[in-house]
Amino acid sequence: MRDALGAVQSVLVLGGGSEIAGAIVDRLVGARCRTVVLAAREPDALDPTLDRLRAAGAATAEAVAFDALDPGSHQATIDAVFDRHGDIDMVIVAFGVLGDQATFDHDPVAAAEAASANYVGAVSASLVVADRFRRQGHGTLLVLSSVAGVRTRADNYVYGSTKAGLDAFAQGLGDALVGTGARVVVVRPGFVHTKMTEGRPPAPFSTTPDAVADAVMAGLAKGREVIWAPPVLVALFTVFRVLPRAVWRRVSAR
Amino acid sequence: MLARPHITEVSGWGRTAPTAADVRRPTSSTELRRALPTRSVRGLLARGLGRGYGDCAQNSGGTVVETTDVDAFTIHDADPADDTVLVTAEAGASIDRLLHALVPQGLFVPVTPGTRYVTVGGAVAADIHGKNHHRKGSWCQHVISLHLQLASGEVVEVGPERDPELFWATAGGMGLTGVVLDATFRCPRIASSRLLVDTDRAADLDEVLALMATGDHAYDYSVAWIDLMAGGKATGRSVLTRGRFATAEEASAATGADPLAYRAGVLAPAPPWVPDGLLNKLTVRAFNELWFRKAPVSRRDELQTIPTFFHPLDMVGGWNRMYGPAGFLQWQFVVPFGSERALRRIVEELSRAGCTSFLAVLKAFGDGDPGPLSFPAAGWTLALDIPTGVRGLGPLLDRLDELVASEGGRVYLAKDSRLRPELVPVMYPRLDAWREVRRRVDPEGRITSDLARRLRL
Repeated sequence: MRDALGAVQSVLVLGGGSEIAGAIVDRLVGARCRTVVLAAREPDALDPTLDRLRAAGAATAEAVAFDALDPGSHQATIDAVFDRHGDIDMVIVAFGVLGDQATFDHDPVAAAEAASANYVGAVSASLVVADRFRRQGHGTLLVLSSVAGVRTRADNYVYGSTKAGLDAFAQGLGDALVGTGARVVVVRPGFVHTKMTEGRPPAPFSTTPDAVADAVMAGLAKGREVIWAPPVLVALFTVFRVLPRAVWRRVSAR
Repeated sequence: MLARPHITEVSGWGRTAPTAADVRRPTSSTELRRALPTRSVRGLLARGLGRGYGDCAQNSGGTVVETTDVDAFTIHDADPADDTVLVTAEAGASIDRLLHALVPQGLFVPVTPGTRYVTVGGAVAADIHGKNHHRKGSWCQHVISLHLQLASGEVVEVGPERDPELFWATAGGMGLTGVVLDATFRCPRIASSRLLVDTDRAADLDEVLALMATGDHAYDYSVAWIDLMAGGKATGRSVLTRGRFATAEEASAATGADPLAYRAGVLAPAPPWVPDGLLNKLTVRAFNELWFRKAPVSRRDELQTIPTFFHPLDMVGGWNRMYGPAGFLQWQFVVPFGSERALRRIVEELSRAGCTSFLAVLKAFGDGDPGPLSFPAAGWTLALDIPTGVRGLGPLLDRLDELVASEGGRVYLAKDSRLRPELVPVMYPRLDAWREVRRRVDPEGRITSDLARRLRL
């Protein structure tokens, strides 16, 4: 169960290799979380993470195979986790690929695959989770969106558009779930230094997985529906969102 | 719409962590009894007026039966020479409703908490205590029998002499042994509806503890309100109010012709929406300061009404909304007498943390009862409300929980919304005995709650 301060006792991470999700899970385990299930394409690669979580106090830490690109498998994979562990208090939707816009420009199939993973996969997995949450009468779906989806930029519009779709989907799902005990929290990080962004030029107000995780924990404790990381981005993007296209092109160009 | 029509979100008084359940509201005891055995895979739980602060009256994904419309009660005939009169009340009868009937007949409830909006079922489930605990103990010590419906649907009558294990497991058992259908309890006589109250202002914690330790035995009712926002030399400054019911003669100046006249109502509702942060350090500190200054240093024999003395917060309807949409929690613990140093440390830490806490309540408990999960035990109890947004609140309370547990103390499950489950067996060493009784009457755990899930009871 989630407690009054937002701490949960069990978590399932879809996209278990995500560094941001990893930093969040570290904090959850540091509080009340004793059951952690990491779902990833290559679960065997997560052994070191599982060891770390067990050492930090997780009574149960396991990795399961999960393929975002195979929506047909999501129901069985997610149901199995819920059936095996009883209540899952929080599910983090953390999978996704950033991709390279220059590559996408010449490889429409790769672009479509990124869209399938980031958006289509998240839609199917989230709906399976929402159904389980409704049945257990509670649960927090934490969706890792991005400021890239708030206003898409010319240099990563494929990625940005997948996050825009995901963000809109998550908000709609959250509204639809009001009254069911389940809730959706959308996290909108800015540029985060991770292996996914390695070698990319950082944007202003760039941040780290730990800082994002801290912002998430603070937001969860306060019952926020949308969490910006760093929080200053909410002001910045309130302005960015309404800039005329011509101005936005110049602001976002680098 | 995704939501099924009878599914409703339910939360505790602190409005944190709501969960959804199939909420039923039977209108008769016959209908109430039809709820068990339940078909719900996530079980069933009875709920009263929802004054438990955390998740004790929630059952996510399962069934919640609100008993508040099953509220008939009978005042039994008694010999005028008897000190007490028996009352049998259905689970949903509230202390509010009981008082409106009892007081004009010269009767009072054996125990009342700081709100009269609690049901008899809830009073049993939490084994509630009040300002008279040092003399009269908790609610279940005045119960002579109750009807309990078990998970199987079977109705049993239990009491201190009839299946005492099940009776005491039900006392403070947070509704997890079965559904309390009704209870029969002893109500004391009163000669007037006024109290004679003595007020003492204490400059710090030591002074208030000394006043209580040396003087409480002379009063039927005693409680101190402590200002946790005061620091330094003023740490623990308090206003102690103690009293007893006045005789008809003593009360006549205030009551006029009818010494038992009783009026209790809600003066004003809290506004429907309150901005986050209305109660901040500044406003709460100012309030506490005013309240402390306005109290007399020492006053004797002041006549107060029942609502003023026992239920001051009930004058504002829905006051829990004042904490804004994020909600709040209450932390209440008891540490044994002799743990004054730990108590002092806790008060100092809370004061230093600058928790925006309105007046906290401090009281000296008498001995506890045999209920394995019953909260009260001889010692000092402190209860305080804290908005959930306070930075670092989780780790602070975790640390203080450890301290309470290491002193042989415990926190009150009816108020809890965040305790570390590992501490429950430490704080309630007879938890296993309680579990055994629960297994006997409900082997599949069909009667359950979010509190039971969270704390792995």
